[in-house]
Amino acid sequence: MKEKFIKFGKNLVTAEEFLAEGHSFCTGCGEALALRLACKALGRNVIIANATGCIEVCTSPLPVTSWRVPWIHTLFENVAATASGIEAGLKILMRKGKMPERDIKCVAVAGDGGTSDIGVQALSGAFERNHDFLYLCFDNEAYMNTGIQRSSATPYGASTTTAPAGKLSIGQTTWKKNMPEIAVAHNIPYVATACPSYPFDLMNKVKKGGEVKGPAYVHIFSPCPTGWRHAIDLAIEIGRLAVETGIFPLYEVENGRYKLNVDRSKLRPVGEYLKPQGRFRHLLEGEIETIQEHVNELIASILLTYYNT
Amino acid sequence: MSKRVGLEASHAAAEAARMADVDVIAAYPITPQTHIPERLAEMVADGELNAAYIPVESEHSALSTCLGAAAVGARTFTATAGPGLEYMHNVLYVASSMRLPVVMTVANRALSAPLSIWGDHSDAMGSRDTGWIQVFCQNSQEAFDMTFWAFRVGEDPGVLLPVMVHFDGFHLTHVTEPVILPEQEEVDKFLPQFHYPFTLDPDKPMTLGAFAPPDIYPEAKMAQDVALRKSKDVIIQGFKEFGDIFRRYYHPVEPYKTKGAKTLLLTMGSFSETAKIAIDTKKNKGESIGLINLRLWRPFPFEELRQAAKDAEILVVFDRCISFGGPGGPVSSEIRSALYNEKKKPRVVSFVGGLGGRDMLVKDFEYIIDQGREIAEKGSKELFEIVGIRG
Repeated sequence: MKEKFIKFGKNLVTAEEFLAEGHSFCTGCGEALALRLACKALGRNVIIANATGCIEVCTSPLPVTSWRVPWIHTLFENVAATASGIEAGLKILMRKGKMPERDIKCVAVAGDGGTSDIGVQALSGAFERNHDFLYLCFDNEAYMNTGIQRSSATPYGASTTTAPAGKLSIGQTTWKKNMPEIAVAHNIPYVATACPSYPFDLMNKVKKGGEVKGPAYVHIFSPCPTGWRHAIDLAIEIGRLAVETGIFPLYEVENGRYKLNVDRSKLRPVGEYLKPQGRFRHLLEGEIETIQEHVNELIASILLTYYNT
Repeated sequence: MSKRVGLEASHAAAEAARMADVDVIAAYPITPQTHIPERLAEMVADGELNAAYIPVESEHSALSTCLGAAAVGARTFTATAGPGLEYMHNVLYVASSMRLPVVMTVANRALSAPLSIWGDHSDAMGSRDTGWIQVFCQNSQEAFDMTFWAFRVGEDPGVLLPVMVHFDGFHLTHVTEPVILPEQEEVDKFLPQFHYPFTLDPDKPMTLGAFAPPDIYPEAKMAQDVALRKSKDVIIQGFKEFGDIFRRYYHPVEPYKTKGAKTLLLTMGSFSETAKIAIDTKKNKGESIGLINLRLWRPFPFEELRQAAKDAEILVVFDRCISFGGPGGPVSSEIRSALYNEKKKPRVVSFVGGLGGRDMLVKDFEYIIDQGREIAEKGSKELFEIVGIRG
C-alpha cells in the first residue's frame, strides 16, 4: 500500500495515525499532541514500552486500545528496564536466527515523574549499559494523572496539590531538575529537548533519536491545561512562550556537541509565560524577578557549554 | 551418556540455564545468589552460551528487563535472593499477571533487620501470593533438575506462568555435591523451543499490560487464579516426562517412609535431607514416624497433601520463617488450612527454626518430633515454638 502524506508548507508528514482517535486525554492536552507527532515520526517499525502515567492511562483502558503499534506497559518505575529487555531480546533472537533480521526501534515513553523521580535509576542503568533505544520523556511538570502532585520536574514557584502555595509558601521551593543535562552526563549519543508548539522540530528530533545507534533521549515539554490551569486553547501558545522566554530552551546534543538557536537579546520576559497560568498566579513581582534571574543563568550556562563544545 | 560430576548447587543451576539455551539473563549481584549469574556471565564471555547477559543496576530492573525480553519471545532467566526478591516484589505480580514465563532461581535468604546474608525462607514466604509457580529443592541435583524443568512447565502453552525455583542460601547454594548432567540431546527432547504466542511484533501490533477498570479487573484476576491452579496438571505431567527421560521422578508432595506412620514431620528445602536422617534414627529405634517433603509450594498441592497425611495422628510442621503476630510459620498455617475441613485429620504442631542461617542438626529434628508429640498429647499455650532459642 502506498503511504499517504500531508503537506505543511515545505514539510511532508505521514497521513497515517499510529495513535488512534478516541483516547481520553483532557481537552487541549499538549502531551497528547506531542505523542501523536512523535508516533508519526517513528513510523510502524517500533515497539513502545510505556511507564504508568497520563499516556498509559489515557490510551489503554481494557478492553480497548489506542495503539496501532506494539505496546507494553508493566509498571511506573521500570520502563527503561523493560525497554532494555525488549532491545536485548530482539537483538539476541536475531543473532541466534530465531527471528528474521529487521530494524525494529525500541522506544520507552514516560512522564516527568516516571523519568526524573521514580524511574531515574532504571533510566540511568539503561543509558550506562548502552542499549539501543529511544527514551521519550513527556514533561508536564507534575504528577498530573494522579492529581497534580509536585515532582522534581515541577518548576520553582508553581502551586501543586502537594506543594501548594499558601501564606507561608510560594508552592514549589526548589528548581526544576535538569533531566536533559542528566542524560547528557551519561555520554549518550543523542539528547534533545522539544515542544509540540514546534511540531516539525519535534518530529525531526524524535526521528533522529530513533535512528541513532545507542541510547537517545528526547525531553518533550508538554503543556497541561488541567494542571497548569491555563485556558484549554493555550497549550501551543504556552509552549511557544516557554521557549521564547528561555524557560525551556530547545537544543540538541549530538555526541556531546551542543546545537542551539538562542539569541539572548531576543528573549522575552518570563512574566509573559507565567501570567496566563493559574499555577503561578500567586507569584509577586519579586518572585518573578527571581525566576527571571534563574532563567538568565540557565541560558548563560547553556550558551557557555555550547561555545565550549 | 550422562555424566556424574561434582558441582556446587549454584553452578548446577547455571548449567541448567545453559543447557536450556536461555536467550536473555538479567541479574544483579546479591549474596548468596552470586555464583549463579557469575557462572552464566563466564559462559557468555567464553562463548559456551549464546545469550545476552545484562548486568542491570538493581533486582527491580533485573525482573523488569526479563519481562521485556520475554514479551518479544526470548527465553529469560534471572536469579536473586532475600532482599533482592523483596525489592522486585512489585514486578513479581506483573510477571505472573501478564503471563510472562520467566524462570528465576532464589537462593533463599533472611530479611533485614538485623542484616543477615544467611539463609531462611522469609523471602520465599513473602512472595507466596505473587502468582508464580514455586518449587523447593533439597540438593544440587534438584537445583539442576528443577531449573530446566521450570522452563518446560512455565513455557507450556497451557501454562505461560513464571516459575521460582527455591534453594537454600549457603546450606545449598555453596555446597558441592555429585550431580548427574544429562546429554544436550536428552535436554532438547524434554525442552522444546520457546514460542510465546503474544509477542510484541510490529506486523501484528498488540497492546500488553493495559489497565483494567473495576468491571474487568476481578475477571482478570479470577482467570489468573484458574490458570495457576490448572498448571498443576502440567507440573505433574512435566515431572513424569522428566522422570521417563532422566530416571528421576519428582512429585508435588514427596512422602518418605510414611507407610503406617502415626507421626509425620513436614519440611521443605535442603533441611528435608537432614530431617530424613532423624526419621531413620527414630525408625531404627522402633518409632512410628515418617516425613513429608513439600516440593510444590504454588499452586498448593491440596489433594496430594491430604492423601499423604490422612492416616497420621500427628503432623509436625517445620518452618524457616515467622509470620509475625500470626499463626506461627506460614507453612504450618497453610497445612492447617488444607486439612481443616477433613473429617479425619492429624493434629498439626508448628515449629520454626533455622532462621538467618542458624543450623538445624539431626538432634534438633529429633527434638521437634518428640516435643511435637508431647504438645499434640498435652496441648500448649503457645501457637508455635522456635527451636533452639537461647534463654
